Amino acid sequence: MNNSKPNEKICSQHKNTYILQLALWTLAWLVSTALLRFGAEYMWEFQPAYSITALMTHLALGAAVIMVNVKHLANLDELQRKITMDAMGITLGVGLIAGIAYEQLEDIKLISFEPEISHLIMLMAFTYIVSILIGNRKYQ
Amino acid sequence: MKNRLKVLRAERDWTQADLANALAVSRQTANAIEKGKFDPSLPLAFKIAKLFNLTVEEIFFDEQMT
Repeated sequence: MNNSKPNEKICSQHKNTYILQLALWTLAWLVSTALLRFGAEYMWEFQPAYSITALMTHLALGAAVIMVNVKHLANLDELQRKITMDAMGITLGVGLIAGIAYEQLEDIKLISFEPEISHLIMLMAFTYIVSILIGNRKYQ
Repeated sequence: MKNRLKVLRAERDWTQADLANALAVSRQTANAIEKGKFDPSLPLAFKIAKLFNLTVEEIFFDEQMT
């Protein structure tokens, strides 16, 4: 029987690398979002060529974020992946249900302002964070 | 699902971190499996069995069947 201490190296360095990559690509995507929104107005005065370039860059960075996120998910161990996937599922459900209900509020005259997509994104981010925290606590 | 991981680990004087390292999972996952809060996949269960030179049935058992 093997009584020696296992010395197999954990893949934590790989995991940290993917988390760092994900953070950097997300930051780049966020900067491109700001550039797309404010650059057209304050930097190139709505010239279509610059706006299209900024839009393409924004979409390409978004695609990179998705790909790095998929790699990050594949690199998690099975419990971490379950917690993350559960949180994603709950977030998708909340986003869909709350998003449709929120969109109806103006139509049925319960609110006087136009629903903003940013409110939905904030709700989804909050839901995801809370779901991750609850999932981690559940399996502590 | 119950298991004998804590006993097997103690017999070898391994910490949860040692077990987690050997299985290439996080310590959280090793702890959750040991406490019976999380059932491992079949490949991970076989990996655990191989690590201890036992069969899966000798480590994991259904508490309703015992």
